[in-house]
Amino acid sequence: MAIDLSVQHVVKMFGDFSAVDDVTFEVENGRFFSILGPSGCGKTTLLRLIAGFAEPSEGIIEIRGENVLGLPPNRRPVNLVFQHLALFPMMNVAENVAFGLKRRNERRGDIHRKVSAMLERVGLHGFETKKIDQLSGGQKQRVAIARCLILEPAVLLLDEPLGALDLKLREQMKVELKKLQAEVGTTFMYITHDQSEALVMSDHVAVMNNGKFEQVDTPQNLYNNPQTPFVAKFVGDNNTWTGMVRRSTESGDGSIVLEVETREGERFMTRSAYPMTPGTAVDLFLRPEAMLIQPDSTLTGLNRFTAVVRSILFDGANSRVLACPEAGDREILVALPQNRQFDHIQINDTIEIGWDSQSGICFPAS
Amino acid sequence: MKTQSRWALAIFLTPVLLWLILLIVIPHIDLLIMSLRVENDFGDMTWSLSNYISFFKEPIYWLTFVRTAVYSILVTLLTLIVALPVAFYITKVVAPRYQGFLTLLLLLPFWVSELVRVYGWMILLRESGVINHVLIRLGILDAPIEMLYNDATMILGLVYTSMLFMVVPLISVLESLDDSLVEAAYDLGAGMWTILFRIIIPHSTPGIVSGSIVVFMLTLGNYLTPNLMGGKNSLWFTEQIYNQFIASFNWNQGSAFGFLLLLLSSAIIWLGLTLTRQKLSKVIQ
Repeated sequence: MAIDLSVQHVVKMFGDFSAVDDVTFEVENGRFFSILGPSGCGKTTLLRLIAGFAEPSEGIIEIRGENVLGLPPNRRPVNLVFQHLALFPMMNVAENVAFGLKRRNERRGDIHRKVSAMLERVGLHGFETKKIDQLSGGQKQRVAIARCLILEPAVLLLDEPLGALDLKLREQMKVELKKLQAEVGTTFMYITHDQSEALVMSDHVAVMNNGKFEQVDTPQNLYNNPQTPFVAKFVGDNNTWTGMVRRSTESGDGSIVLEVETREGERFMTRSAYPMTPGTAVDLFLRPEAMLIQPDSTLTGLNRFTAVVRSILFDGANSRVLACPEAGDREILVALPQNRQFDHIQINDTIEIGWDSQSGICFPAS
Repeated sequence: MKTQSRWALAIFLTPVLLWLILLIVIPHIDLLIMSLRVENDFGDMTWSLSNYISFFKEPIYWLTFVRTAVYSILVTLLTLIVALPVAFYITKVVAPRYQGFLTLLLLLPFWVSELVRVYGWMILLRESGVINHVLIRLGILDAPIEMLYNDATMILGLVYTSMLFMVVPLISVLESLDDSLVEAAYDLGAGMWTILFRIIIPHSTPGIVSGSIVVFMLTLGNYLTPNLMGGKNSLWFTEQIYNQFIASFNWNQGSAFGFLLLLLSSAIIWLGLTLTRQKLSKVIQ
């Protein structure tokens, strides 16, 4: 696969502060690549470096194999969909979409044909003469994307373009964007702080924190095999226990199982990415949906503990129980499947919770 | 409640109406009547259009009139060209904490009267002035040249006098320009001039038009600067009006000129609004 975007050891300093700190990655042609990180992690700065609005302090940025450092944004083969879209209010829809083609001095007839085709593709056929302020949020979104895609960029950069939409529309646009990307085959690089956007749409996601990439992986791997405590905490929900390694064993297939004693005195068996010597302080992460409520007593090899129900957080398919393990006074979230099996659970009930040692993951305490 | 709000309206409206009627409407009606009166052979006042006719018969009058109009438009354009980069720099380029300071610097010269400012220019530009002195000292000039009393100097003075009235509305429209619009245009392949003409100027049109109206009217009605910096070589129509009122003591002729000037400024502003497709009500917001 050809590499559309290659970023090598890029550093961006603002005074003493490094907004982007030695970031290296490659995006293959036709991929949907996301950078996921909390606000202020440097993801927008990185995007602006690629688009050409800022120059890196160190490092190389190559687009389709050509070094673009020093090239201004108007001469880079990438286009950016802005966070607040930045549609030109002084122009109508067709003029907005045609803006880039006109700058390339393409022939009138060609421009007209391409604009029609592009509007058709994003489902805005017949909107040519509409004013920007006559469009709905989702339509504006599509104009902003059409305006960039019509230039056939090597990479389309998107800076949290769904942030301003309401929830329902955002869910819809997520699916639409992914479909559109698959159709046009353009390489997308998407910046977001919303993990669901990144996980749903992307082929690969880079999790960024404090200017560094924590992990670059497929969405499934990020969720199931986080490589750092930050990724474990940031991607999806996680319950955390702090504790200490008591025993470290390597099972037959090479995976490592730790016995961890939590601060509250519970003993859990859990997997770990690498062996740790007994006595090491660790954080143990466990997803809400990894826990079974009232597990069958015949199931073996489960970590089991009891907890008191504090609150039931009903949210349809995403319902949870907020519970207090009997050891210690802390709260954990447990997924509550909506299959009617657990409808009898009430506040202040004591429930048994079990989880498989393969579901938890341990990292040395930070 | 209803009578109360009616009283409140009356209280707020009264000074405005008084001001409009006493200072604008009544004097103008008086001027209009005066401009249509003329002394006949017996020394009595009669109704006549001869004040207006003599304006068209004397080339010096209408030539000055046209000159004033053309130069006022030129001054407005030049002021715009000078003010746009200044306003852009203050709103978009410089760090926000210096914005107030720079605006204050622009304002500072306006704390002294126009008269003093014009004399400041005269000290710089006159034959024995600072610039001539420096140029001769540097050996660039052999003999001092008179830089005052020509059209170019007068236009310089008028642009300088009007600057602030263009910069302030431009700053306020440019502040509402989203930076990402400029960046988006840049990203989509536009160069500097395209961004200026396709994004910045269309966005700023209301500010440009309102600034231009103010500058144009101030310039057209300016007396001091053309008189002092343009001297006898650069006639301005206001000087004609002054001459009629003060030198010739022909108030009737002066009133006619005053009315023609009012018509001229109204006509040109209407034309400007029509050409830029702006509405007056929108521009003055």
